Amino acid sequence: MTYTPTKTDFPQVAQRPDPQGRFGAFGGKYVPETLMPALSELETAFAQYRQDSAFQQELDQLLKDYVGRPSPLYFAERLTTYYAHSDGSGPQIFLKREDLNHTGAHKINNALAQVLLARRMGKQRIIAETGAGQHGVATATVCARFGLKCVIYMGVHDMERQALNVFRMRLMGAEVCPVEAGTGTLKDATSEAIRDWVTNVETTHYILGSVAGPHPYPMMVRDFHGVIGQETRVQCQEKWGEPPDILLACVGGGSNAMGLFHEFLGDASVRMIGVEAAGEGIASGHHAATLTQGQVGVLHGAMSYLLQDEDGQVTEAHSISAGLDYPGVGPEHSYLKDLGRAEYYSVTDQEAVAAFERLAQLEGIIPALETSHAIAYLETLCPQLTGSPRIVLNCSGRGDKDVQTVAQYLTQEHESTL
Amino acid sequence: MATSVSDCFGRLRDRGQCALIPFLTAGDPDLETTAAALQKLDASGADLLELGVPYSDPLADGPVIQAAATRALQGGTRLDAVIERVSALTPSLQAPIILFTYYNPIYHRGVPTFLNQIAAAGVKGLVVPDLPLEEAHDVLEIAQDVGVELTLLVAPTSSQERIAKIAQESQGFIYLVSTTGVTGMRTQIEARVQDLLLELRQTTDKPIGVGFGISRPEQARQVRDWGADAAIVGSAFVKRLAEGTSAQGLEEISRFCRVLKAALQSEP
Repeated sequence: MTYTPTKTDFPQVAQRPDPQGRFGAFGGKYVPETLMPALSELETAFAQYRQDSAFQQELDQLLKDYVGRPSPLYFAERLTTYYAHSDGSGPQIFLKREDLNHTGAHKINNALAQVLLARRMGKQRIIAETGAGQHGVATATVCARFGLKCVIYMGVHDMERQALNVFRMRLMGAEVCPVEAGTGTLKDATSEAIRDWVTNVETTHYILGSVAGPHPYPMMVRDFHGVIGQETRVQCQEKWGEPPDILLACVGGGSNAMGLFHEFLGDASVRMIGVEAAGEGIASGHHAATLTQGQVGVLHGAMSYLLQDEDGQVTEAHSISAGLDYPGVGPEHSYLKDLGRAEYYSVTDQEAVAAFERLAQLEGIIPALETSHAIAYLETLCPQLTGSPRIVLNCSGRGDKDVQTVAQYLTQEHESTL
Repeated sequence: MATSVSDCFGRLRDRGQCALIPFLTAGDPDLETTAAALQKLDASGADLLELGVPYSDPLADGPVIQAAATRALQGGTRLDAVIERVSALTPSLQAPIILFTYYNPIYHRGVPTFLNQIAAAGVKGLVVPDLPLEEAHDVLEIAQDVGVELTLLVAPTSSQERIAKIAQESQGFIYLVSTTGVTGMRTQIEARVQDLLLELRQTTDKPIGVGFGISRPEQARQVRDWGADAAIVGSAFVKRLAEGTSAQGLEEISRFCRVLKAALQSEP
């Protein structure tokens, strides 16, 4: 392992966000006045219950018995062999199996914790936005578990490409509201969820599904997913007695990546890599590579990198993966990028689909298309590495929901090459 | 040539009048129509004019104004063109123009540049629905320097403590959001608006404009009777302008503006 971090110490990383909800210049609360008291209320409740042993006990018990945590840290032997150098050395690849959680993705960690918080805050109605449908399913699941009314906003385009998840949400009693505005994807669903919250804020809790949105969401969602990194540390310790060398995760809004990264931010030796969606390619303009291609702006309540035009209009993102198809990104990722603490790259739809197939064939694991982006980056990363560094890749979700999309994509590819 | 927003309210208060502030989305369906509409409203009793800059993600707006913004953007409405059109128009208008825009277009251009440009175009006021007090300090400061008044919003959910702080910082007037919700037409104005007006009145002598949800003459009269200094009417104008041909729309909003004005001037 010869990788040397560019900076050796990141003391400022520890105290974020500041009391205004800022990660450096990023974050904040850019929302209508109507929501400001609700955000303060949420901040207070979060601060209170995260210290509350009864809350923590209930959450830990449910994470264990209902979600199935801890999720395994699995040594991907054949994938490791696939990327081995000719001299037999090469990166050792481990998958943090969030795909094995109940409902099939990391999203339930946050949905479960927020619903426990909402119950304590006396909110009887839950709303959420969803892109790939994994957060929607997680939210519908925990609402069914606790008998709460649940409304999920989902873009019409996403409802089409994630029809299985729409069915799952409805099966569990959630109302799925189609959002036709804009491109009918995650951005529009989020705007509509915020409009609902503005309207029903006195009775409703909004379970935001990523480390995005106004303060305290980026902090709270990160902390609720922090269990991913905490378990990883313990599992690495058990397996080889040291922290991992490299963390790798996909980034749309960035919740699974923050959940994994957060625990290790102070470990200067741990390299962190986030992978965004380059869609049809950066040059095509049809992509969702917010951190690598965007400019700083404000969307859905937070200042962060943002895909926008010269007038500051938010532009349409594109990705084969509904969960990454978002023109914004969580503010802490913007902060970590500018600080140089984490690196961000992008891979195309085509590369992601190839990785989807590769993991299925080499490991018998069908990953979500979102996760496939992180897997695809191994193609670039592994040849650059010397020695045998240990990579932990967050296998954030399973791909059952995506098989139709991939089948369709491969058919089109096949036809276009005939 | 219009006066500042504060002076305009001062004159109306001297005459014991409640102001009428119609709202339109710039560029819906095109900027020629917007300019003609503003002139018609100016001549039909509007005391101030609120002009919305169309935005891709208007999360404080209901379906009517969202649709107007989408039409305007699809028609190619650009920020520079809006500012140019306003600049050409303001010398002939009696009513001061208040620009309504989300924060990202301001931030993207640069707060000082944006404020200087709209001030040079003769814009007198600014409302930014996603810029609460905590995030507004830079804009408040620079706005004051360039002679544009940034009006902050108070909502039914705002605590007494927040209301007092917002009232203190708000420039021109205080925008009281009449409902927990987005912009749009509603069948009745929530009774708690009366309490909020009383509460605000005890805190500040700045003018108070009530908006979000007022669409009918009797609703405008109601908020006036509850002590509002202005009734802000948006979706009901946007919807009328969009129906039928441009000429029909212009005729209809002029008529509607006169009806609202008459209601506001009627005996209590």
